Parts: sequence; C-alpha cells; structure tokens
Amino acid sequence: MLVLGPLGFAAPWVLTALIALPILWLILRAMPPSPRRVAFPGVALLLGLTDKRPEARRTPWWLLLLRLLAIAALILAFAGPVWKPVVQGPASGPLLVVMDAGWSAAPDWAARQTRAERALTEAAAQGRPAALLLADGQADPGPLRFAPADTLLAGLRAAQPVSWPTTLPEDPQAALAEIPEGRLSALWLADGLDHPNRTGWLSALSARGPVTVVPPQRALRVLSLHDGDTPSLTLTATDDGAPGILAIGPDPQGIERELARLVPGEGVSDSGILTRPVAIDLPPELRNRVTRFQIEGETHAGAVVLADDRVKRRKVGLVGDADRQAEGQQLLSQLYYLRRALAPTTDLVEGGLGDVLSTAPDVIIVADQVEMAEVGELAEWVNEGGLLIRFAGPRMAAFDRLIDEPLLPVMLRQGGRDIGGALSWGDPRGLAPFAGDGVFAGLRAPDDVAVRAQLMAQPAPDLTDRTIAALSDNTPLVTRDRLGQGQVVLFHVTANAEWSSLPLSGLFVEMLDRLIATARVSPADEAADDRDQPFWTPEMVLDGFGRAAPAEGLAPVPATDLAQGPGVGRPAGIYAAGDRRVALNAAGPLALATWPGATVESAAQTAGRDLKGLLIAAAALILALDALGSAALARGGRVAAMLLVATFGMTGTRADAQDLKPELMRAADEVALAYVETGDDEVDQTSYEGLRGLSLSLRQRTSVEPGEPVAIDLDRDELSVLTFLYWPVTADQSPPSPQAYLRLNHFLRSGGMILFDTRDGDVAGVGGPDMSEALRSLAAPLEIPPLAPVPEDHVLTRSFYLLGDFPGRWKGNPVWVEAPPAGAEAAEGVPFRQLNDGVSPVVIGANSWAEAWAVDDNGFPTFPIGRGWEGEQQREMAYRFGINLMMYVLTGNYKSDQVHVPALLDRLRVEEELGP
Amino acid sequence: MTPNPAALSPAELRARADAASAHLPGLILSAERLAAMVAPGAHGLRRAGPGEDFWQYRPAHPGDTARSIDWRRSARSDAQYVRDREAQTAQSIGLWVSAGQGMGYGGGADRPTKGHRAQVLALALAMVLLRGGEKVGLLGQPARAGRVQADRIAEAFAMAATAADDSDAPTPDLLRPNRRLVILSDFLTDPAWVQALLARAGALGVRGVLMQVLDPDEENFPYSGAVVFRSLSGRVRHDSRDAAGLRQAYLTRLAERRDWLRAQADGAGWHFGHHSTDHAPAVALGWLYRVLGG
Repeated sequence: MLVLGPLGFAAPWVLTALIALPILWLILRAMPPSPRRVAFPGVALLLGLTDKRPEARRTPWWLLLLRLLAIAALILAFAGPVWKPVVQGPASGPLLVVMDAGWSAAPDWAARQTRAERALTEAAAQGRPAALLLADGQADPGPLRFAPADTLLAGLRAAQPVSWPTTLPEDPQAALAEIPEGRLSALWLADGLDHPNRTGWLSALSARGPVTVVPPQRALRVLSLHDGDTPSLTLTATDDGAPGILAIGPDPQGIERELARLVPGEGVSDSGILTRPVAIDLPPELRNRVTRFQIEGETHAGAVVLADDRVKRRKVGLVGDADRQAEGQQLLSQLYYLRRALAPTTDLVEGGLGDVLSTAPDVIIVADQVEMAEVGELAEWVNEGGLLIRFAGPRMAAFDRLIDEPLLPVMLRQGGRDIGGALSWGDPRGLAPFAGDGVFAGLRAPDDVAVRAQLMAQPAPDLTDRTIAALSDNTPLVTRDRLGQGQVVLFHVTANAEWSSLPLSGLFVEMLDRLIATARVSPADEAADDRDQPFWTPEMVLDGFGRAAPAEGLAPVPATDLAQGPGVGRPAGIYAAGDRRVALNAAGPLALATWPGATVESAAQTAGRDLKGLLIAAAALILALDALGSAALARGGRVAAMLLVATFGMTGTRADAQDLKPELMRAADEVALAYVETGDDEVDQTSYEGLRGLSLSLRQRTSVEPGEPVAIDLDRDELSVLTFLYWPVTADQSPPSPQAYLRLNHFLRSGGMILFDTRDGDVAGVGGPDMSEALRSLAAPLEIPPLAPVPEDHVLTRSFYLLGDFPGRWKGNPVWVEAPPAGAEAAEGVPFRQLNDGVSPVVIGANSWAEAWAVDDNGFPTFPIGRGWEGEQQREMAYRFGINLMMYVLTGNYKSDQVHVPALLDRLRVEEELGP
Repeated sequence: MTPNPAALSPAELRARADAASAHLPGLILSAERLAAMVAPGAHGLRRAGPGEDFWQYRPAHPGDTARSIDWRRSARSDAQYVRDREAQTAQSIGLWVSAGQGMGYGGGADRPTKGHRAQVLALALAMVLLRGGEKVGLLGQPARAGRVQADRIAEAFAMAATAADDSDAPTPDLLRPNRRLVILSDFLTDPAWVQALLARAGALGVRGVLMQVLDPDEENFPYSGAVVFRSLSGRVRHDSRDAAGLRQAYLTRLAERRDWLRAQADGAGWHFGHHSTDHAPAVALGWLYRVLGG
C-alpha cells in the first residue's frame, strides 16, 4: 500500500495510467464535436452537393476538461484510495478470533460477524492458520484446533448469540495447547462486560502475542426484575439514555401487543453504569396480563424480563364466618364485600385458617375473629413475611380479653364506640385526608364515607406512627405494625356496611389493592416447591436476540441449577414445575471489563474510509455533465435544458396530506356498506350490486337505512369511518401494503367487522381449486382471534330473524366467527349461552353472499340461485342473513342479553290480565 | 392498415376543412366532354334521360314497360303516359394525397406538417365539390356524391398509413376516363412518376391539378454549420460541414424542380401550383377552386 499523507492507495500501479492524460488531451482536442442532426425531407435535392468552406471545429476547452477530469477520477478510483488507512504490520503467525457470544453481544451481532469475517478473510489471504472461539460455553472441551482461515467462515456466519452470559472455557492453557508455529495474534470481539475466566484468558493470550480488542459499538442496556415487597424493574445501562419500557401481553382479544409503557425514574451512576428504577405502576388487571417487559428498541435477551408469578396475581386467603346461605342475608356477610373487592385482581382462597395457611397465600384477611385456633402458625407465617389484614366487628368488640389478643398492630379497648347512633351524641365521622407519604398516599377520601362505629385503640406513644388512615377526629381507622418480616394491618371497622359505609365505596377496593400490593410474594413457597419439584421443564425460551422460541430439545433443569441463573443448557425463558411457572431472566449485574495490555480498537480507526465509490460516483456525475454539455452544443441548448429540467423535476411530486374522500364522508354519514376492491372488475361490480341489494332490503325491512355502497381501496382509504367491510377473496388479489394492514387492524380493534367471502361454496371441498390459501395469505397479518364455526346459539342466529343456516348463492358451508370462550355455560331456563361479550371482528364463509344479494339497476336479481321457488327461498334466507349480520355489526351482543326475557314476558302477561 | 397516430382525428380534420372552405360557394365543374357520360349528377342536359328532376310526360310507345307508365297522369285521359326525367350527369373528382414519410415533416411547432395541410386542403376541396353536387372520391376508391362522402374521406385520411419510404406515388392504373384528378404532394423525391402519370392521364382524357405543399424550412433552407441532413425515413442522408454554403445550390435545384413540374403540367393540360404551410390554406383552396372551376 502506498501512503501519501492521509491518503493510501491499495493498487498504486494503476496511478501510472495518469501519464496518459496529456496524450488523451491531444486526441480529444483533435476530434471534432458531432454535427447537428436534422431531419429534412428535401435531402434528395442536396445529394451530390459539395461544401464550399468546410468548417473545422474543435471541442471547447471546458468539455475537454470535464472529460479529462472524469477519466482522472476513474483512474484514481481504481487505484483503491483509502482515507486515513490503518496500516497493519504484516502478521505471519496464527490468528485466534475470540467472539463473546452471550446475549450482551446480540445488539451489534451483525457488525461483530462482519469484523470477524474481515479478519478471517485477511488471514486466509495471507495464508495464516486461524481458529475461532465462540464464547457461548458450548465449545468442545480440549485444545483449539487451528485450520485454514477460510474454512471457518461458514461456522462464523451460522453462529448466533445465546441467551445466557458469555462463557469462556475454564482453562486457557489447555485450550491453547496446540498452537501452530509462529507468534499468535488474537482478535477479541468483546461485549464490554466482565466474565469469569476473562482475565485468565487475557493474560494467557497476551503472553503469546498481541491482543486486539474490539469493544462493543453500542451502549448496553439491560432490564432486571427486582424481587422485593413490591416487585419492580431495574434498568441498568452503560449510557445515560432513558428508553421506555414496554409491557407486552395479550389484549382482551388474546393478541400480543404493547399494553403499557413504563418510564424509568432518576438514575444512580456507579463507575460508568447507570441504574434506574422502574416502578411497575400498572392497574392490577393490566399487570396480571403482562407476559414480558422489554426495553424499547433493544434486541437482546438482557433487555427482556419475562413475567412470572412474581409480578402476577397475589394469592389471598379469606378467613371469616361462613356465608349465610339465604340470598337476602349475603349482603350482611363481611366476606361478601371482601370477595367482591378482591376477586377481579387476586386469587382467593377461602376456608378455615388452617386450610388457608396450608395453601401458602401471600395475604391472609381475617374478618372479625378472636381466639383463632392456629394462631401460632399464623404468627410464624407473618414473621416470615406474610401480610395479615384483620377487620374488626361485633365479636371482637364484645370479647372481654381483647387486650391479650395477639397479632394486632395496636392495643384495643374493649367495647368500641358508637357515633351517630340513636342513643349517642355527634354525627357519623368522615375520613381524614390520607398522609402524603403513607401507603394510601394519593387516594381521595370521598365525603360520603361515614363511620358509625369503630374499635378504639389504647392511647400509646407510637399510636400515630402506626395509624395509616384516620377519621376526621384523628381516631385510627387503619393501623399497621411490622412483625418480623411481615406486617399486620387492622381495619378498626367491619368489612360489611354495618359499622361504616366504607365497604360500599370504591375507596375500599383501592385501599385493599394498595395494601395487597405491599405483600411479599409467597416467601415460604419456593423452598417447599423446590423439595417437591426437583426439576423444572422449559416451556418457552429466548434466543440471544430476546425472541421467544419453543423449548425443543432441552432437558429439564434441576432446581439448584436454576437458582444460578441462565447458562449452558438452561437458556433464559419460562420454566414450569407442576402448576408453578418461573421465569429465568438473562440479565444479571453488569461489570465493565478492562483490558490491560491489549490494543483496544476504536471505532474511528477501524478501517479507514474507502474513497473508491465516491470517486466513481464523481466520474459518473462528470460524464453526465459532459453529456449535457455535448447535447447543448449539438442541439442549441434546448435538449440540455430539457434534461436539466427532467433531472431536477424528478425530485418528486409531493404527496398531499391525507384527507378524507368525500365518498367516505358520505359513507360515515349514511352508514354505507363498504366493499374491498379486488382489482377484478367483475367481482367488484358484483360486490357493489350485492351490497346495493342488501342496502335495499335493510331500508325496506329495518330502521337501518344505508346509502349507496362504497368501494374501498385498502392502500389509500381511511377505514376508521366504516363499520362493515365486505371482502371477496380472489386468487390473484395482491395483498395490501403494511400500512393498510395497520389500518385494518385498527379498524378491527375499534369495532369494525370484515366479512370474508371466498365465493367458492360450490366447489370447495370437492378437490377443486379453492380460495382458502388466498384467504390465509391475505388475512395472515390481521389480528384475528381464534375462530370456530358459528355455534347454534350464536347471536348471529337471532339478531333480527331466527336463522339456522346462512346461505348465500351457495349453502351448506360452515361460517366461521370468533370462537366462544371455553367454559361458557347456558344459564338455567335460557335456551342459549352467554357468549362473546364482544362482536366477532370477522365472519368468514364461502357462500358468495354478494351474488345472492346482487340486484341490477331495476332492482331485479342479477344472479340465479338454485331452481325455482326453492332458489328464491334461499335468496330470501341470504337477505335475512345479511340483515342479521348488519344488526350484529351495529348492535353488537344486544340480543344476547336476554336473561331478563322471562321476567319481561311475565310482566307482559300481568299487564294483559290487568288490561281490558 | 394501421391508423397513423400522428394523423388528425376525422372530426378534427373535418372541422379544419370546414373552416377552410366556408367562404367558397359550391363548385360546379365546367361541363366538358359530357356527352358520353352515363352517371347521373347535377349537370342538367336539357333532354330526357336518367336523372332526378321531372322533364316531361310523353305518350307511351310500344316497348315501354308497364312499370314505366305513370298511372296517375294516365288516369286523367284515355292514353297512357310515361314520365320522363331530365338527363343529368356529374363530374367525378379523384383526390390523391401523398403518404410518403416526407409529408410528416413540420419545420416548427407553430406549423402543421405538410401531410396534415395537404389532407385539410383535399378535404376542403371535397366539401366544396360535394356542395356543388359533384362526386368525389379518393383515387382508387369509388367517387360518390352527398355530404356523407366528406365524412368517408375524412375517415380514410385519418386511417391512412404512412408509407415506409420517403416518396409515395399514385398508380396510373387507377385512373378512370373522363375524371378530374387533384394530386397533393411535396414532389421533393424523384419525380419520374409524374411523367408516367400525366402520359396515362392524357390518354384517358383525365385532367387535373398538381399541388406542391412545402414547409417554409424547405423553401428557405435556414441551416448553417456542420449538419447531417437525414430524410424522415432515414434512408437518405447528406453530411455537410457548411450548410449555409449549400443554400444557394439547394434553392436553385428547388426552382428547377418547380419549373420542370410546371412544364410537365402545361404539356398535359394540367395545372401546377405550390403552397407553403405557413400560408393560410384558404389561399391555396381559392386557387384550386379557380383552376378547377375555370
């Protein structure tokens, strides 16, 4: 390589061609420019004429200069110029490439592969033997085998990062035992973190030759789950960016999507590593649904925290008097209110205290109990970290040894007090505002919550410390005390509406949620399970990039190994044992690596900037200018101007901001039915006519009065104003653009419905061509829930007409809608089940409904159906299906809500009897 | 036959021709050599014969068929009468417009091509003639009377394909006796066919007009410098290093060509005229009107 100042040339001998430039100048100068070409019909009259004074014209100097510049640029380009090249001394010995291959190498894995490939290619060109050490812990034990460098390339390209930390072989000396002759040079593609054995390897390699370290090009950000009283996330990063944390899980339709976005808090910096806490501040309904947390924009396993039982529902044990069976008395039961408040967000266990304790709950709620039998075990459980919530009540108030009752946060006076009763002075008390730093901070006490009776605490110096909620006269309402690792909370009122109206207010639910969120998650549970379940089976594992993959070919993992975090044979993922599921997350504590004695390659000096492409581009540009100039000479400038205009005119016509077509505005106005344009004119025309026929029937028979049908171009039209979309499936339909699919998914989520019609009901299933493949490919990117054939008691069968079948032009083919939830049961006395709370976003069938509905301009059917009267009957049924479908689209499950029908019928009967 | 994309549509052509011929009254060709004509037309011969107009009633002769007796007239008297009509003839005009590639030339954006101008002229002439009751047709196609014929001619122009060669010449075999013929061309290529055509026409008693339609660029030769001249079909080319020096020689040759054509036309009893596309077509039409009507 020839180096001139900051410029280096890979093939300097090409530069000798520059000598030819002056000769070229002479040749080009002597060559005349091309004459003008003129079309002239009178040329026959010119034949044989000779020029009197032939003009000698020379190429103008600027054109010559352009051409010479272009050629010079080409010559320079092929000489392989490099700006500030890295001059590497000629290495001769064997080459060892060490690639960190844990999850921390995943973010810039492709760049690492490229760098390693470059090194191997260079080594292959120089004929040096090479070896590749993938530090994923899966390498064969024993000495590294060196081979010609190009044989390693395939293995390098196939390598993938793994979802456990980078693992280096334990004994560097043994691994380096068989190095060929020569000084070993090592290239270490590091992930920036410190790993076990790393220093040993570094010193072993340094002892044998130069070590070049390629540090990671991107800052590493990892997410870990912090176990504690309240599980929270920790964002650890080597830079100070604050990316959002996405909480991902199934939405109510069962489709995986981003449920919430968490914002990291203020960070603490420690030796280059910034740690930020991320509170999981989500409503319990949402939190229970989260399956994984992920750093936005990061693609490695360390950026993913899989959610397991720890962030999920708490198990709450309820202990109290058994329910009184009669329905009317249920409202008096304390447990009733607790059950209603807790059931949506927690798993409830009810029973005697002993039974409840044996299920290892996170929280135990005891309503108005004294002298409990298993109080010793309960105290032990609280000591180990359980949360005990007790409610007062008449039994506690009447208990004469209340002072001796254990497991109470404060000493209580016997008897309690009544305020606002018939025989007492004073009004019922309201709540004092909650302390700003307590567990209830931020909750608002409603004015209408009043307490008529409460248990009073013995005055004590620490009473105010233990009070976490008080009445307006500063007497305690809720008190709390820590006991061992756990806590005991007492509500000084009952959990029913007897003593106060608190259980009737939403505040009650919020207070309980707050308290339960402070509970530690089943502290004693794991040990017990570990004994019972010595092996954990992987259910789902992550790859190095944080993508979920089914667990295949993995053996069950002993519980003791699992406690050591992810490693070889136990990738990060979800592991199950019995009913329990535990997440093994990739991220661990970060420690930055240092490289004493090694050359750290910085990104700036990696390769030097290759100028070849730039020079060739410049030559092409100059040649284009030359063409313009020549054209200007030959054509008097007009063509050149045109070319210039064309060049600059091509900068693009700006697309206007999307605005709604008037057609769509009309559709929104008139509830017009819409169909998807397939590009097949005949099918589109049929869709139009079909929807027109259906609109006509709707106008005649129902109060829905749709306007003219609208054709929808999925790639361009806004769907948000539509309610119903008819989509005939054709074999050669081109799938819409990704943006269109985004709009379609939004359309489905916001309550729209698509009727897919494969129109092949006459041939499907008899081995002929059918459209199911086309349908599958068209609908694959849509968020469609699991489907099932329409059950007999689906709302679709009775939203306007009572229907048994849904014929179109063909009949007898199944029609598919969203599958009913498992376990739906018919209530007694009702002939159908309470199905789908929502409207099925798609209806799929093959009956070619549009052809059955289609009418021409005069209102006569366009297509024949079946034969004679029977066929017309089928057409009528097709219209009825259409009307039912539109009713279903427009009114949802309204007709499903018919549990009250017997009552309504009864009332009608009474009115009939009373009437005249 | 594929339609020539550059050609005007029939409606457009017709509109232009209408505008060009609007100010001329219907042209009745001078009736010469009409004695032997058989085809009826607008030229009344003041004697009984086939025609449109009533001429006389005459008593039926033996030999008249029963069909020829006018029963209404006969019912008024005892004798049988036959209705005679006035014998009429019409002149037939053939039009021929060169379809050579050279006719597709238009020197500037503000001027039509020579072919378009020639077609407009021909169609305008046809309209004037048809208004006068003459029969008009393109050479080689039947001549007919009536306004519809103008539409047919316009359509034929619009559908006409361009010849592959620079030059185009009418076939002398298509000439029919006692017709008139109007030839519109640029006469820039080898004009030997003119001689043959005129000789044949003379033999058949066909008379007519040669009209040379040229672009101003062809009349003035406004070129200079190094130029490669190329015919429109690209088959003939001429390289010049000094086009301005060729102007005089070219203009001389053009004048010689015109003189030759005029001499040929005069010799056959024909007329020769020339027209430049930067002049109004009405001027040329007026000239054609004059020489054909005179």
